[in-house]
Amino acid sequence: MFGRLTIDALPFYSLIAFGGALVTVGGALAVVAGITWFGQWRYLWSEWLTSVDHKRIGIMYVTLAMIMLMRGFVDAMMMRSQQAVALNSDGYLPPEHFDQIFSSHGTIMIFFMAMPFLTGLINIVVPQQIGARDVAFPFMNSVSLWLTTAGAGLVMVSLVIGKFSTAGWTGYPPYSGAQYSPGVGVDYWLWAILISGIGSTLTGINFIVTIFKRRAPGMTLMRMPLFTWTALCSSILMTFAFPALTVVCALLVLDRTLGMHFFTSGDGGNMMNYPNLFWLWGHPEVYILILPAFGVYSEVVATFSGKRLFGYTSLVYATAAIAILSFTVWLHHFFTMGASANVNAFFGMATMIIAVPTGVKVFDWLLTMYRGRIVFHSSMLWTLGFIVTFVIGGMTGVLLALPPADYLMHNTTFLVAHFHNMLIPGALFGYFAGYMYWFPKAFGFTLNERWGIRSFWCWLIGFYLAFMPLYALGFMGMPRRLEHYNIAAWQPYLIVAALGALLILVGIAFLVVQFVVSVQERQQALDPSGDPWNGRTLEWLTSSPPAPYNFAVLPDVRDIDAFHDMKARGVAYRRPDRYHDIYMPKNTSAGVILGVLAGLLGFAMIWYIWWLAIAAGVGIWAVIIARAYDDDAEYCLPASEVEKIEAGRYQALANSARTQSANEPIFSNQPLPESLT
Amino acid sequence: MIGANLGSEHRDDRATGTDAIVTQVFADRSLRMALAFGVALLVTGCDLSHAPVLDPKGPIALAERDLLFTAVILMLIVVIPVFVMTFLFAWRYRSSNTKARYAPDWSYSIGIDAVVWLVPAAIVIALGTLLWSSTHKLDPYRQIDPAVQPLQVQVVAQDWKWLFIYPEQGIAVVNQLAFPSGRPLSLRLTSDTVMNSFYIPALGGQIYAMAGMQTRLHLLADAPGRFTGRNLQYSGSGFADQHFDAIATSPEEFAAWVAKVKQSPDKLDATTYRALAVRSKGHPVTFYSAVAPDLFDTIIAKYTGARAHSHQQAAQ
Repeated sequence: MFGRLTIDALPFYSLIAFGGALVTVGGALAVVAGITWFGQWRYLWSEWLTSVDHKRIGIMYVTLAMIMLMRGFVDAMMMRSQQAVALNSDGYLPPEHFDQIFSSHGTIMIFFMAMPFLTGLINIVVPQQIGARDVAFPFMNSVSLWLTTAGAGLVMVSLVIGKFSTAGWTGYPPYSGAQYSPGVGVDYWLWAILISGIGSTLTGINFIVTIFKRRAPGMTLMRMPLFTWTALCSSILMTFAFPALTVVCALLVLDRTLGMHFFTSGDGGNMMNYPNLFWLWGHPEVYILILPAFGVYSEVVATFSGKRLFGYTSLVYATAAIAILSFTVWLHHFFTMGASANVNAFFGMATMIIAVPTGVKVFDWLLTMYRGRIVFHSSMLWTLGFIVTFVIGGMTGVLLALPPADYLMHNTTFLVAHFHNMLIPGALFGYFAGYMYWFPKAFGFTLNERWGIRSFWCWLIGFYLAFMPLYALGFMGMPRRLEHYNIAAWQPYLIVAALGALLILVGIAFLVVQFVVSVQERQQALDPSGDPWNGRTLEWLTSSPPAPYNFAVLPDVRDIDAFHDMKARGVAYRRPDRYHDIYMPKNTSAGVILGVLAGLLGFAMIWYIWWLAIAAGVGIWAVIIARAYDDDAEYCLPASEVEKIEAGRYQALANSARTQSANEPIFSNQPLPESLT
Repeated sequence: MIGANLGSEHRDDRATGTDAIVTQVFADRSLRMALAFGVALLVTGCDLSHAPVLDPKGPIALAERDLLFTAVILMLIVVIPVFVMTFLFAWRYRSSNTKARYAPDWSYSIGIDAVVWLVPAAIVIALGTLLWSSTHKLDPYRQIDPAVQPLQVQVVAQDWKWLFIYPEQGIAVVNQLAFPSGRPLSLRLTSDTVMNSFYIPALGGQIYAMAGMQTRLHLLADAPGRFTGRNLQYSGSGFADQHFDAIATSPEEFAAWVAKVKQSPDKLDATTYRALAVRSKGHPVTFYSAVAPDLFDTIIAKYTGARAHSHQQAAQ
């Protein structure tokens, strides 16, 4: 009846694991109780869970990312503290538990923190940046969100029922095969990323089509904002890279569940095919994560330097070059697997070539600051912190691209330091910059600056403390994923690293404080203009938060910095003569139901509960068919209604024009929207 | 004992230094922070002079390290300007400095564009040339000195230990690799379990060991010494203890060591091998005075049996 699932699946094997399960269950119950207490189920269901509005989907993605960031960071904190004390002792985590933690940390941070974060930002911003009313496929967007959430849910469930994988976030066979990992752990990992990976593929397709087909009149490709360009390249990478991951995971599922031999050692399997397929996704994935952050930096640096972006064309070509080259370097993740010198040298050189467009980008951002008027907004601080820190990571990356140096440093903590150096300042700082930059657009009020800046300094200094020692430990030959060790010289570094993690914890706490304080003081930080930073791109033309349709009249784009150009020409806030009816997609519960069913399918496959798997599979099919026959998927917002909403917006704009110019330095030398009265 | 004391004292220094850092964060987060952090780095820097990667004990590791250093110096041509420009521009063009020139529409210069593309490209071309030659020169499969007969050792990764078979000497040892310094070491590696990575950082880079396959690695120690070797590829719950001593000796000491191993009552044949291959954590150093001659090939064939068989049939 329940397949492999028995009462033994509950985590009574370790006090700490049991505690983790209690916190998870308690947290979930608290959320459910809170929603019930405030009577918000109906609102949550009809306005959010079933929403197909790209802005709400984006907010839900970012919320998921923030929750998973906490979870993934708890894992990090446990690893750092274990290694800080585990000299000649077992520390407080047994190997079986430590192994689950490093596996879930990587899996969560990549798939369920970074991916939802960037997808959320793209969702909120891209349609507005290109002057569109929605994405090309709003329903598919909802499906993507709920598939990702289902995957995240499976990882969380593994805390309570059964164990997670111990094979690391890369899950190399034969270790991850049925022979060496017979339990449910690897299956949890596989189904979580299989389900969420399909969501990411769909997101990629959705945004490629949105960006190609939904741009406002006049917005040629070479007038698209840089963030949209990076979102486009990232979406192309998602669409072409994620299928490789889906295939490699499906093959491993076949190996494990049906006893096939794609990657087994022996019986004709070849374990080396796995890393090839995995990194064929895995390396583009790095750029899927980083490119949108590059886009954020480009927007932020131009806005807060009060200046046009330097070398727009170079930046676009650099982005596209990085995207294409990212498919040509996957082998550098396993130079040490015994490929010939020619093969290793080829992939090493391909890898180093990526450093050229990346270097160009860095210089273009710096030259954007040159002769600007720089306002040190928190999102600008994240950007500056990124530039300085990222070049260190870039340098260590080129070192690892040299195969002979990689033989020395691969699989050591040097590697760990390198990719965290790319993904924390490179990607996560960018997401935070985007979060603080676009928050008013999503919610209508700005975030508290003081706490944002405090959080930034904790993250930045914490990052250096946590990861510079790992570079040093790599030189000392310390392997990654080490549960305990016997070399005393390592411990001081690991203690510093743990303190760095502690400081990052403070940084995360400050992010929470920032959010709470900002919500409490929102009346003082309202953004009635929709343009709190004197923005340059079209998303600042809409109100904050935007009307469901974003733009009552599609903007006419004549320049790269379309909105800045409209303000300069004095047409940004011109009232249209008349409004038209607007057709918008209707909310639907099909997306969230598909997510739940996909989660159930994954859970059933993990525990071999075949009847449930079949039921969930049939259910998924039925929902898709039913949705396909639903022709009544849009509703009409009549012109009179649009006019009413827009009248409110113009009223707010008229009020805001008086308050802004006085106390915002960046507005001092800007023409005010003169068409307002 | 003294060493241990020194080590712990050192640790205390570091701990208080970083405590100070944490308390300062909220007091004065700019200059003093940077200073304290710099001091912390300097203190840790002292230990690094003995880090195996930075202080190699053989020509292969030395060449790999030097490549690392050369690449860092070349890249500083780009990295240092980035640091300088970031701080300089951020300071000079801060919005409160109204004396600085403001050019809000300046967004392109073909000269600058050429420099930012061509300088990194030139560095990458230089590094690429270096990469091509060094990757071939330091190919782990390449014999170090064709004129010198290397010492052959077969390496088998097991859960969670290393078995070293000396075919010429007819002996086998678990978790200890002795070899004469000055004479190249030629390793053939395989795994009788999951993927492992064989690594002696003081002597050179790593190579994976995989079941059913053979990889190769050539190393050389300049002088007698004792180094740590280990598995770098996570392989399960005994992974943390899967390390061994690599001992470079004089030729005489090596002969004496071989003689000592030969006195062991234990012999490695199919039966004793099966017992050895069972999972064990922190396996003690074990000597085998004799070893079945084709043991290494048998271990590989265990995984390729089916395919080898079909090849044979095809040949017939």
